[in-house]
Amino acid sequence: MTRFIFRRAGSLILLLVTVSFITFTLFQLGPADPASAACGQECTPERITEARVALGMDHPFLIQYLDYMRGLVSPRMIGAPGAESICQWPCLGKSFQTNENVSDIIARSLPYTLSIAVGALVLWTISGVGLGLLAALRKGSATDKFIVGAASVGVSLPIPVTGLFLLLVFVNQLHLLPFTTNEINGAFGPHGPWAWVLNYFLPWVALAVLFSAAYIRVTRTNMIETFSEDFIRTARAKGLAPRIVTFKHGVRAGITPVVTMLGMDIGLLLGGAVLTEQIFSVPGLGFTAVRAAISGDLPVTMAITMLAAFFVIVANVAVDLAYAAIDPRVRLQ
Amino acid sequence: MDTQAILHVQNLQKHFPIKGGLFSPKGSKRVKAVDGVSFSLARGQTLGLVGESGCGKSTTGRMVARLMDPTGGRIVIDGVDISQLGGRELYNFRRKVQMIFQDPFASLNPRQTVGTAIAAPMLAQKINPSGGMKNRVKELLEQVGLKPEHYNRFPHEFSGGQRQRVGIARAISLNPSVIVCDEPVSALDVSVQAQVVNLLQEIQRDTGVAYIFIAHDLSVVRHISHDVAVMYLGKIVERGPRDELFHDPKHPYTKALLSAVPLPDPNAARLQQKIRLRGDLPSPANPPSGCVFRTRCPLFSTLGEEQQQRCITEIPAPASTAAPACHHSGMAAAALADVQ
Amino acid sequence: MTQLQPSSPASANETGAFLEVRNLSVKFPTDDGLVSAVNGMDFSLERGQTLGIVGESGSGKSVTSQALMGLLKGTSAQVTGQALFQGKDLVTLPESRMRQLRGRNIGMIFQDPLSALHPFFTVGEQIAEAYLVHNTASKKQARAAAVDMLGRVGIPSPEQRYDEYPHHFSGGMRQRAMIAMALICEPELLIADEPTTALDVTVQAQILDLMSELQQETNSALILITHDLGVVAEVCDSVLVMYGGQCVESGPVDEIFYDTQHPYTLGLLKSMPTLNSSARRLNPIPGQPPSLLDLPKGCIFSARCDYAALAGDGVCASTRPGLVVEGGHGTRCHLDRRQILTLRNTR
Repeated sequence: MTRFIFRRAGSLILLLVTVSFITFTLFQLGPADPASAACGQECTPERITEARVALGMDHPFLIQYLDYMRGLVSPRMIGAPGAESICQWPCLGKSFQTNENVSDIIARSLPYTLSIAVGALVLWTISGVGLGLLAALRKGSATDKFIVGAASVGVSLPIPVTGLFLLLVFVNQLHLLPFTTNEINGAFGPHGPWAWVLNYFLPWVALAVLFSAAYIRVTRTNMIETFSEDFIRTARAKGLAPRIVTFKHGVRAGITPVVTMLGMDIGLLLGGAVLTEQIFSVPGLGFTAVRAAISGDLPVTMAITMLAAFFVIVANVAVDLAYAAIDPRVRLQ
Repeated sequence: MDTQAILHVQNLQKHFPIKGGLFSPKGSKRVKAVDGVSFSLARGQTLGLVGESGCGKSTTGRMVARLMDPTGGRIVIDGVDISQLGGRELYNFRRKVQMIFQDPFASLNPRQTVGTAIAAPMLAQKINPSGGMKNRVKELLEQVGLKPEHYNRFPHEFSGGQRQRVGIARAISLNPSVIVCDEPVSALDVSVQAQVVNLLQEIQRDTGVAYIFIAHDLSVVRHISHDVAVMYLGKIVERGPRDELFHDPKHPYTKALLSAVPLPDPNAARLQQKIRLRGDLPSPANPPSGCVFRTRCPLFSTLGEEQQQRCITEIPAPASTAAPACHHSGMAAAALADVQ
Repeated sequence: MTQLQPSSPASANETGAFLEVRNLSVKFPTDDGLVSAVNGMDFSLERGQTLGIVGESGSGKSVTSQALMGLLKGTSAQVTGQALFQGKDLVTLPESRMRQLRGRNIGMIFQDPLSALHPFFTVGEQIAEAYLVHNTASKKQARAAAVDMLGRVGIPSPEQRYDEYPHHFSGGMRQRAMIAMALICEPELLIADEPTTALDVTVQAQILDLMSELQQETNSALILITHDLGVVAEVCDSVLVMYGGQCVESGPVDEIFYDTQHPYTLGLLKSMPTLNSSARRLNPIPGQPPSLLDLPKGCIFSARCDYAALAGDGVCASTRPGLVVEGGHGTRCHLDRRQILTLRNTR
């Protein structure tokens, strides 16, 4: 098991280096010229050259990449010679717009994204798996048909539609929930957990409607398949109670594909729920990334992209570990 | 037999490296799935290849059809060693050896009509039958006992036996010299199985094709084969003409295998001498030293210490038509009678 | 000797048979119509006896066993008729009562032991679980019982194998573990559905020996479902041949093999190659089994029967024959026994 973890961690680091290199290359090859973006409105050729030096863009590409990577390990100096300033570890560069450390910008946005992700995840996992299981147990019944129907409606509703609809009904018309505020970015802040729940409830629901549809389908299909497995028949032949057959023998075996989905979705969501954050004006990673991309703020865009990739990869490893924990056959390899 | 043989297999080997990860070197350990198999096959003859799961019989068949690359050894067909062929030469060789699989449904594309499926090998080999492709396929359908109007049907419209007939039609479409039949009737019911076995025999009589017939059902093998080879842990332990091998098996494993077959005849079953093997097949990744069968050999415990030592240290000579791969087969008959 | 007699519903209560099946039928509604999987099965079985149910795929032999086990309860299957097990009707018994019988009084072994064992639990846990359902015992006692049972079915170092997962076991060992699980509560009836079909022949021999041994030890009744007439000849006392969801012939094993009465059984025996047969042509039964969605009005086997023409008046195609029992040997055929005897000897 320990060897398994070490081997996964090894390939994780290799993957991250590869992803960072590709991202870095993409931004270098892209049409945007960070220097002209950085030098602002009244730009002259001289100022562009200055900007290039200040941004370190006069160095060869590989050197730039290595400099950038060095910042991930230790602090480094940034800026034109003579006007350098220190960029503390972990250094992801400085924003072209505000000259702020990118790591600070991320540290500020991340709690918002986390708040959205955690709650939405819990909500859609419970509703998706629960309804999927119910549909599988009542296969062919009216309940099953209703759940499957609702799922296909849910999956075809885009976030802007559900989001705006929820805002209109619950905030504007019924005044049941407050409009999302930026003051709350965690459950354990000064406002307390309840305020946190109320504040993020609508984004959670909007995401859950979209995501749980897929979970319902996957859970339903897999549980139906599992319930027809020979080992379920064996469990019944032993004389076990239906509850034990369903949950102990059935769910544990049928739930593994859901773990994969969950891993991938956590990874994606932590990189920023772009649309949801826009609709509900939550200044999370997705919101920040969009603003940075529009204004050509390369270091911020780059950092968030890499962070998103990092989350996806880590989530993948987590899925593998979870698999090994659930399925003893995986532990062998 | 050897004089008119169209297929010679000599010292055929297939070693699989045990899968290595990113940080562990590959190929440090190997499974010898097939380890020094030799036999030959004459035109119009059938060689039955029997043995239990994991003995390497299917791997041997796949190598002869070159669906798998041999690790070593020679496969000579019509005087040409095909074991190392590649590219164009391998492509040309394909029409000489065809294969029939166990599960005819899995080996047919569900979205393809059987007509298309049967024509596929001919199209791949760029063969233009005189009288047109469609007519040739219909001819083949009739040859395997199906109807020409089945041409446009899909595999799911057929029963298991009929699908296997489609597989046979496809295999004979190129007039191959050898067909490797890998458990062709195992998935079929007894009554249907007999239809397919008869068909295979008719085709052999009409075309002179040679079969390698791989099966775990010894009764079917006995019925269809001229020669039989018995495999255990990657090696042939005994081979020879069918009647000789079934009436007077020499290798203790062959004896045990034959005595384990349940006879559909209650009186014979009561009288049958039963030799029961103890324990499980050893892991092919870590086979016993010397004779691979010694760990389960019913003869072994009856041997003297010196003779046992020989089984442990010395690998028996490969089985020939004259002698099985056993150090002590001469005394097997008497000793085994005592054991029981 | 097992009594294989169809009994009239009138005598429902007084026969004290261990297992008495009467007019058992199973139908499955599907999109294409009603599938008649089992059509009026009658048989009985005593303790210590082994009954072989033989048939090809789709003959209804597995469905029969599932109906007896009550595994069709709670599905769309329509089960009718009676199956009296020690006086209790397994067909009408509510699921909660049936559950108490399963595993404790009736054990079951399945064809593929790899898929029949749960991949996520250790072999020992799964056997101990079967013990715990029907016994008030501590986990420790259940473990001891399971280890003991593993030893009895011939698994070496059972204490250590207890904690291994099914994928660590070989095919034969897995089937031994399945047998251990089915027998841990010492059921009086064991139903084995193709228990050796997935196994190699030398392992099959071991498993059949083991099952016979344990049966003798516990004096239980065994229903062995198989397609292999060799297995039947080897271990069964009596045989029931199924075709198209019906019993076409039944009787003591020697009579079925040496005094075959039904053309289908005859066909099966003739189509099988045997180890000591000479190289003659096999005589397959022509055609395919009938569709269970649309069974013929007459004899279910008539369309493939060589002898149907001999019965005269097209009676085979128009009327379904009943099971006629003489001296414990039953057959479902319009031809009389003398006709069959002549045919058997001439062809």
